[in-house]
Amino acid sequence: MSHADVLSIFSGALTTLLLSIAGIALGLPLGLGLALARWAKVPLLNQVVAVYVSLLRATPLITLVLLIFFALPTAGISVGPVTAGLIALVLNTAAFNCEVWRAALLDLPKDQIEAAQSVGMGQALRFRRIVLPQVWRTALPGLINEMSQLVKLTPVLAVVGVVDITRAAVRIGAQTYEPLPPFLVALAIYIPIVYALVSVQRWVERRTTLREAAA
Amino acid sequence: MMNDFATVWSERGLLLSGLGNTVLLSVLAGLAALVLGALLSTLLMSPRQLLSLPAKALVDLARCTPFLLFAYIVYYGLPSMGLQFDAWSAGLFALTAYHAAYMAEILRAAWAAQPRAPIEAGVAFGYSGLGLFRRIVLPPLALSSAPVLGNQLIQIIKDSAFLTIITLPELTHAVSSIQSRHFIPFAAFLTAVLLYWALCLVIEAGVAAVGRLAEARR
Repeated sequence: MSHADVLSIFSGALTTLLLSIAGIALGLPLGLGLALARWAKVPLLNQVVAVYVSLLRATPLITLVLLIFFALPTAGISVGPVTAGLIALVLNTAAFNCEVWRAALLDLPKDQIEAAQSVGMGQALRFRRIVLPQVWRTALPGLINEMSQLVKLTPVLAVVGVVDITRAAVRIGAQTYEPLPPFLVALAIYIPIVYALVSVQRWVERRTTLREAAA
Repeated sequence: MMNDFATVWSERGLLLSGLGNTVLLSVLAGLAALVLGALLSTLLMSPRQLLSLPAKALVDLARCTPFLLFAYIVYYGLPSMGLQFDAWSAGLFALTAYHAAYMAEILRAAWAAQPRAPIEAGVAFGYSGLGLFRRIVLPPLALSSAPVLGNQLIQIIKDSAFLTIITLPELTHAVSSIQSRHFIPFAAFLTAVLLYWALCLVIEAGVAAVGRLAEARR
């Protein structure tokens, strides 16, 4: 394995990181939107979201990626590997984020809302000033956990041709007939990324416990 | 569209064998990972750091590794070290080893949350070692951790789909070959998605049944 090979794995790491960040940036608000639809018990939408979440949480990402990558073109929508991969990531992570947000919303004491109503806050203001600041704190550990799951799932996108860390490593292994070294380099890139997220999650959880103990 | 699903139905033999492989693989890996995880969790809970620290490092390492990459390493990487597997054993080994770490962590957390009193009472009655674990620690542990273990089994089923990349003929592999034979991607992959969903609903129903059992025992 040459110097250039290691560099190509690192350029794959850039793709992995950008796709992960894009997936998180789109999946977080989408998950919140879905959770709000369920929380507010919007008729019909509530049931649709419940089925969506149950279905998507049961679907392996690889099956979802293959479905989107092969089926969208037959419907006349042409998608490249990166787009198909990103759509699959967002659809998947939004379902998990929805559950985290929803648990946090259900955890919010009802008197908070009633107090806000009694001082005449409108729906939008109530959400922005009362609901969101409390809910995101509760949801944060779960959301970070979901982020690390998402990073761990990105190698799946290599299957449809996204040149991320894993695909770069597979390619080098195929060229040199020595697959183990590039895989270990790939592993050495994934582990710190995921470990950083896991550490942040543990730190947030510890801080929350300490604050609750102090209060 | 209905024609496409009829084509999938005409390939039901392939589909069923894929589904059978997925179920068999997940159940075997789930059981083996549970046993390995239980052993590993006794190391994690050990008061001796010489045992608990390496076990903790191993569990953390597995939890930071993407499963797909791990499967690649087992199937394509290990043969260059002289360890040759066929796809089935490589897949089963990868699923088991990877999820044993998660099982160990689940059991450790459930174990740490158990009240101390019954265990101390067990020790006072002369239980120790494996007997203590099997008779006193394990039964409440299994009941209280059933929901998380069910989730982990769902995770195993979903991870088994990744093994299509090492040519293991499971469900996703079966629908991939149906789609490449007939060019019906939507019908083929949607069928797989619905079958995975059905499997998960079955597991969730099982977990709910165990939950009722645990409620009755209290």
